[in-house]
Amino acid sequence: MIVEVTGLRKAYGDNVVLDGIDLHVPAGSVYALLGPNGAGKTTTVRILTTLTRPDAGKVLVAGHDVVREAAKVRAAISLTGQHAAVDNEQTGRENLVMIGQLMHLGRPAARRRADQLLERFDLVDAMHRRVKTYSGGMRRRLDLAMSLVAEPRVIFLDEPTTGLDPASRTTMWDAIKELVRAGTTIVLTTQYLEEADRLADWIVLIDNGHVSMSGTADTLKAQVGGERLELVFDDEGGVLRAADLLGGIVDRERRTLTMPSDGTAAHVHYVLGSLSSAHVPVARVSAHRPTLDDVFMAVTENRTREGVSA
Amino acid sequence: MTTITIRHGGFGNAVSDVSTMIGRSIRLNRRNLDTLIMAILLPLMMMALFVYVFGGAINTGVEYINYVVPGTILLCVGYGAAATAMSVADDMHNGMIDRLRSMPISGFALLTGHVIASIVRNGLSTTVVIAAAIAMGFRPNGSVVDWLLTVGLLALYVLALSWLAAGLGAVASSVESASALSFFMLFLPYLSSAFVPTHTMPSFLRAVSENQPITPIIETTRGLLTGTPIGDSGWIALVWAVGLLAFSFVLATLLYRRRTGR
Repeated sequence: MIVEVTGLRKAYGDNVVLDGIDLHVPAGSVYALLGPNGAGKTTTVRILTTLTRPDAGKVLVAGHDVVREAAKVRAAISLTGQHAAVDNEQTGRENLVMIGQLMHLGRPAARRRADQLLERFDLVDAMHRRVKTYSGGMRRRLDLAMSLVAEPRVIFLDEPTTGLDPASRTTMWDAIKELVRAGTTIVLTTQYLEEADRLADWIVLIDNGHVSMSGTADTLKAQVGGERLELVFDDEGGVLRAADLLGGIVDRERRTLTMPSDGTAAHVHYVLGSLSSAHVPVARVSAHRPTLDDVFMAVTENRTREGVSA
Repeated sequence: MTTITIRHGGFGNAVSDVSTMIGRSIRLNRRNLDTLIMAILLPLMMMALFVYVFGGAINTGVEYINYVVPGTILLCVGYGAAATAMSVADDMHNGMIDRLRSMPISGFALLTGHVIASIVRNGLSTTVVIAAAIAMGFRPNGSVVDWLLTVGLLALYVLALSWLAAGLGAVASSVESASALSFFMLFLPYLSSAFVPTHTMPSFLRAVSENQPITPIIETTRGLLTGTPIGDSGWIALVWAVGLLAFSFVLATLLYRRRTGR
């Protein structure tokens, strides 16, 4: 385990942010901390990157204690925070060379490394421009490049794509997958189930300072329930007749019937075929994959139910 | 894949970190037009304002331009310090501080970089002010030693104020509030013998102006450059500058630790 966290707690005054978190990150894996705003994801990353001191618990990163051996941890990691930490008034290349010098590569090596990274992150054309002229996606790519200057063993990415347009997000995902292929361990936080699904080997769901679920993307989604099929009808009568025929949840106002589905064409074909032979016209049909909202809803419902029964 | 060998820790690396951060701060300063204008143009305008607009009505017993140059230089220092506080505050809020603190670099490189850049900027603006003053009729008659003493005293004071500014910048909740916190550094020269002799002030103001650091520093600078009597001001100025430097450095250390407290 390259990151080993047991019983991590952190409170600011009365506000308990982390209430006993355990994490076990195998080397070379991509580990996602998934959760809504305020769940404690960023605080966790700040503690793992030595920026914040934990109140209790044991936190080892790359074999070193984040409190007692902070300097050794820092030499093994890099952090790409929520806000691109780049100097607007420096050029992209100057930013990278500066980091190389701070990592004590020496000036010639820092320059060579900067040029490699500019190439790799498709920033060569913009390398002599000041960063303030960069687009949001370019800033994030530079930010990530700056984190890679010293080839860290563990890379922490705090919401790497929040606020990016879809095209930049895809580029960022590709860049992250590239790192994974090179064997680097990545710990990332995200609010998007899709992002965790695309990138992570293991997902930990954090809610209210607790780990409320963990597993691969598939097990997580299975726990939440799989895909849903949503059918919209022209009138209320249609919805009710379809519900009699197939079951499912009726929303009279939206004239919509929702039912669980395995997402296969065969199931959609079966559903539409049944309605067609019963002469119930369907206006629209759509398949929905579970979203983070669904996941959280499921988790919260479970907890409430447990609370009631207890 | 190339392998990169990195050595961390040690005095050599600390020096290298500081010099990298000085280079960064100077580069950022040079490219930030607002800071440059604030550091150079504003003091020039203030000096012109005092010499040509108010100066005629102020009786100092000497040619007013000769009287006002030290005050203008110290006013410059105040503006320079405010700019330093703002750039430190900017680093505290734009994520740069987190990046640097998660790297194995010596802790004070960031603040030291800002402070040294501030001294360079102040050296530049002071030179510009003196050159402009000479063009406006300033006639210093100090010897080489007098000039060296002046530079030494001013450098000490700039260093003290820059550390104070760095501390304020580290603790400010935003760039705007860093600017507001620095206000007193801009205001202090007005309550001194910078622009008018203190004996013209009401007694309570006079008590303030004669017991704050700027007045003895100005009296000393003025004496060294134009031959007016210095009296005890020299020692008092030195004690103030050294005391302020020690205080500011400790304060900046504490405020930075508090801000980045883990």
